[in-house]
Amino acid sequence: MAEWEAIKPKNKALGWFEERLPVLALVHNVVGPGTPTPRNLNYWWNFGSLAGLMLVVQIISGIVLAMHYTPDTALAFDSVERIMRDVNYGWLIRYMHANGASFFFIAVYIHILRGLYYGSYKAPREVLWMLGLVIFLLMMATAFMGYVLPWGQMSFWGATVITNLFSAIPVVGDSIVTLLWGGFSVDNPTLKRFFSLHFLLPFVIFGVVILHIWAKKVSDSGNPLGIDVKSNADQIPFHPYYTIKDAFGAGVFFLIFAYFLFYMPNAMGHPDNYIPAEPLVTPDSIVPEWYFLPFYAILRSITFDIGIPFTDVIFVPAKLLGVIAMFASILLLFFLPWLDTSKVRSAQFRPTYRYFFWFLVIDMVVLTIVGGKKPEGIWPILGLVGTAYYFAHFLIIMPLLGKIEKTLPLPESIAQAVTAKAAK
Amino acid sequence: MKSVKNIAIALASIVGIAFGFTSAVSAAGADKHPMKMEWSFEGPFGTFDQAAAQRGWQVYKQVCASCHSLKYFHFRNLKDLGYSEDMIKAFAAEYEVAGEPDDVGDETVRAALPQDVFPAPFANDNAARASNGGALPPDLSLIVKARHDGPNYLYSLITGYEDAPADREISAGKQYNPYFKGGQISMAQPLFEGVVDYEDGTAATSEQMAKDVVTFLTYVAEPKLVDRHHMGLSVILFLLVLTIIFYLSMKKIWKDVKSGRNVYKDK
Repeated sequence: MAEWEAIKPKNKALGWFEERLPVLALVHNVVGPGTPTPRNLNYWWNFGSLAGLMLVVQIISGIVLAMHYTPDTALAFDSVERIMRDVNYGWLIRYMHANGASFFFIAVYIHILRGLYYGSYKAPREVLWMLGLVIFLLMMATAFMGYVLPWGQMSFWGATVITNLFSAIPVVGDSIVTLLWGGFSVDNPTLKRFFSLHFLLPFVIFGVVILHIWAKKVSDSGNPLGIDVKSNADQIPFHPYYTIKDAFGAGVFFLIFAYFLFYMPNAMGHPDNYIPAEPLVTPDSIVPEWYFLPFYAILRSITFDIGIPFTDVIFVPAKLLGVIAMFASILLLFFLPWLDTSKVRSAQFRPTYRYFFWFLVIDMVVLTIVGGKKPEGIWPILGLVGTAYYFAHFLIIMPLLGKIEKTLPLPESIAQAVTAKAAK
Repeated sequence: MKSVKNIAIALASIVGIAFGFTSAVSAAGADKHPMKMEWSFEGPFGTFDQAAAQRGWQVYKQVCASCHSLKYFHFRNLKDLGYSEDMIKAFAAEYEVAGEPDDVGDETVRAALPQDVFPAPFANDNAARASNGGALPPDLSLIVKARHDGPNYLYSLITGYEDAPADREISAGKQYNPYFKGGQISMAQPLFEGVVDYEDGTAATSEQMAKDVVTFLTYVAEPKLVDRHHMGLSVILFLLVLTIIFYLSMKKIWKDVKSGRNVYKDK
């Protein structure tokens, strides 16, 4: 960890304040000129700050929406339509919030994949990685509950399907579901508690983001070469170099975001959610938002029980196994720092791992597609193969590959690699 | 810039694979794919063809409104379609709505005002079902957004009635329509040539009426569409200039470091 520099402002009043609460020093040492950062970060490193920006967009737009929204099954859908039609710029705020969720997930998924490619989870950054996963889990819970609030058909049936998953847990499952619902079906109490929690969780996320950045400060940023910083020549100050690079990245990202927001605001939503919730009419197919599809595919891929073959003895029923697989697919990532046995961090010097990384990305895309399909024809078997490969990647390939892969020679230092590149 | 290229290639190929894959599969779906029409409100510069929307309002009022409600549409919204306030008041006055209870508490009726919602044809869902052979005509306020490819789907559905193939059995009270899920719809063919006498003299073919009413219903589903398109243009232009400034600043700030200069003195 770089040394913590104190700031002594020339302005007397500011100096007086800074002595008592060093906020300027905080900025200076975390994202300011006093934050030495590897000089070779590429554009994949932009997505952390982009995710942070999207969190801010979501919190601000969300607070405004909450001023106009009514969490009541009889009024929720109408209040959303009122926001869209009669509240000044309500359409802007709501489309920003709905598409913002998707773009938040896009930024976070790329951020996570960047970590997987460059080995950002390896020592000494394990806790930094795990805090990121906690943020990811909190985001999923928040997004799920947020999708319920407009009280459209997908809101209602998505909530019904997902909350019902908990009933698979032995012994206490049904009690947990009753507790989640606040009754015996998804109804008014469910909507009200989801609204309350949907308001609360973003601030919890904000808190964990602070811990995430703190852990980054302690262990320093990784870099595309995956080698440690050796001298001052390897580093440049965060400000102005990475602040301006992040600003440029944000400009490009927001351009794409704006295109969706203004010209195809419903492209990532489901048309059925413009039909008010109707507990007596089940939609054709119940699909979650796109960012949940890979995990939904893993959940549905398990259609067999585990028991003693040729008898009726069942130890783990299919539903429970599916739920376990879904949660395990994320919880597994907490153990990645130890499942990956390679001494080399960056895939740039791991010629074989590089292929497996892209196989995993393709596998996730396939699972995303499978998750959006009705489970018939070739989809269930494709989902099962995709699920099996997902687990094999982390549980078999990663531990073995680290032991047998012949890695490429690492450069001496970041500075040396950068100068060699500049000379070309 | 190599990494920018990589990001672009990676994202484009993932999106490409996903879309190619899904469209290849969904093309094999059971119901007939909607016709692809051209609409005035499509694209970044799209705006509502006001004459078409006005004709569509006439079609809705004279044909659709006998079964379908429009619960998020107020008479005042007609201003967006280019009607003057006096005309809106006159339109509203043609309808009666429930008024405040009178001095002794009896229910009253009064002429509708611009701030009123367009009155629903039935008092409740049960009444609607009873009059329609058990089928519930859906509210049309959001119908365009509540269906995949809404405008094209609705146009195809309204104009897509045809005789059922010989091997196809149609239940009593239903019509054959290949665009509808399952191919059988409870709604009778709503539009026939000349069923509406257009005020502006346009020939009322069923295709023309379908196009007009879909334009009107798209307005009702997305009344802020034109505002959205306008604001989007300014926002994107602004972001474009800002991003270029950021880019040039970045190039300038990074120049020395890129050419190998060290910022920190070595230990």
